[in-house]
Amino acid sequence: MTDTPEVTEEAAAPAPEPERLHGALVTRDLDQVVLHVGPDEYRPVLEALKDDGYATCIDVTCVDQLTNDARRLPEGVEPARFEVVVNLLNMAERARVRVRCQAGGPDAVLPTITDLWPGADAAEREVYDMFGIRFDGHPDLTRILMPEDWEGHPLRKDYAVGMIPVQFKAAPGPR
Amino acid sequence: MSKTELRRGGADTGERSQELPDRTTATTAELLRDSGCVLRLSEQEAAALSQSTAGSEDETMIINMGPQHPSTHGVLRLMLELQGETVLRTKPIIGYLHTGMEKTGETLTYMQGVTNTTRMDYASPFFNELVFSLATESLLGVQLPPRSTWIRMLMCELNRISSHLLFLATNGMDLGAVGMMIYGWREREETLRLFEKFTGLRMNHAYIRPGGVAVDLPETWREDVQAILDVLPGRLDEFDTLMTGQPIWRERLQGVGVISQEEAIALSATGPILRSTGVAWDLRKHMPYLAYDEVDFDIIVGTYGDAFDRYAIRLNEIRESMRIVEQIIEKMPEGDYKVQDRKVTPPPRARIDESMEALIHHFKLFTEGFRVPAGETYVAVESPRGELGCHLVSDGGAKPYRMRVRGPSFFNLQTLPHMMRDGIIADAVANISSVDPIMGEVDR
Repeated sequence: MTDTPEVTEEAAAPAPEPERLHGALVTRDLDQVVLHVGPDEYRPVLEALKDDGYATCIDVTCVDQLTNDARRLPEGVEPARFEVVVNLLNMAERARVRVRCQAGGPDAVLPTITDLWPGADAAEREVYDMFGIRFDGHPDLTRILMPEDWEGHPLRKDYAVGMIPVQFKAAPGPR
Repeated sequence: MSKTELRRGGADTGERSQELPDRTTATTAELLRDSGCVLRLSEQEAAALSQSTAGSEDETMIINMGPQHPSTHGVLRLMLELQGETVLRTKPIIGYLHTGMEKTGETLTYMQGVTNTTRMDYASPFFNELVFSLATESLLGVQLPPRSTWIRMLMCELNRISSHLLFLATNGMDLGAVGMMIYGWREREETLRLFEKFTGLRMNHAYIRPGGVAVDLPETWREDVQAILDVLPGRLDEFDTLMTGQPIWRERLQGVGVISQEEAIALSATGPILRSTGVAWDLRKHMPYLAYDEVDFDIIVGTYGDAFDRYAIRLNEIRESMRIVEQIIEKMPEGDYKVQDRKVTPPPRARIDESMEALIHHFKLFTEGFRVPAGETYVAVESPRGELGCHLVSDGGAKPYRMRVRGPSFFNLQTLPHMMRDGIIADAVANISSVDPIMGEVDR
């Protein structure tokens, strides 16, 4: 019981100021730099990162956090159901950064980043196709993997696995 | 029948707005992208492009290439706008091989996960298994025994050789060097036979698993690998004679499908396409994983960013991979081939008859799988086609909450309109071939 006073002393010390980069909260789990932003900071933070030398957009993807009870977010980040994740790479400094944007609900709209990184084009289309997140300003926001007349967005958590009665219009229905 | 219906060949394949739009209806941004000049033109020139009469419907023709075309490497469909023989616009249309593997991945345990991911890029299955296993292990926080790391490296480098041999074969075939097809496949067969001996399967091995590899190497592995290393250099020299120095081959590839450094980087291209433009970027060297920092090899870079550079890079990467394999044969450490943590890897079959505990572990692992701490991670490896990444989110359960695989081919395909621009239709095949897309990975 001798260390009890020490513990209280530490607790009494002011919590260290959380790390921020371009105004976004930074976490470093597993040695990976992650920036947490909301839909409003999404575009400014990415623009600033592009200016920092992150010349390659490795990936744009999304996570539907509907049933995830265990997700960890730093204090002060408003959680949303859909999280758009952008992976950037800086070849000169051999650095990676991941931007997790709390995009919003099923009707979420984010500004596009295809004008910053033209390579994000197909990836944003895939996010739209699979999750239904819209990207404002994208040159050609259409489905990319699923047929045009597909209903629903397959990678959403409320999209059941096996609810495909007839895959092709010409095929006979189940008997 | 209207013109649009004619273009679809009368049948509605369900793409509609995913198809290449008429010039009259396309937006400037779309035109720019499909013409492959997102970065090349000033806004003024771009505006001129969208109004140009040269591109009016009567003078140009939109044709479909694929999805059933022998040179599209699977089910890639390209819509090309042609003026005479010149390609004005290109739009890749994908999704014909989409089987929802990312969704499937959410219903499989981490142990079963590799059997799913290995089927994505079917020409380099070990890399897919590797990236998923590395992602899982980074969440688990397990430390691998050195031997399993080196076995993984051995298999991956042999797989890089077989994948590039497949490229050489199909690249030759696409360009009319049909003899090359037979030679490429003959050499690839040697490596596949080796894989069958080591893992039990020629493709889709599920050999690299979270926690190590499935089985140890056979006792004769050094001789088996050495046999391939002895055969290949002579054969590669034959390829040089057959293709590299040959005037027809050079004429066919040099200056075709040129892409600049800025374009390659902006379009998220990785692997041989990026290196062909002179960017020396290889994750094995610059962000080492496994034990790549302990072996010596060179990054092969090109100068002109054309189809010939991409061919030459892949041919020489085979030689570099052989160098790595030689070093692996020398340095392979002894020890365990998988983590001896029974919560992650199953016990040996013989232990199950003797130990109740082993039986329980075995049963638990194969029915429920193991739980992975909540969190998320992104891990990337250098596959033969570029950066293969896996973004894994765990909610603390036995199945991934979300598994995203960043297939390099998916992003590399975006460079096609840029390579095709102002080229001739006969070079289209050379361009597709030099991108080396694997549709299983594009569509997942």
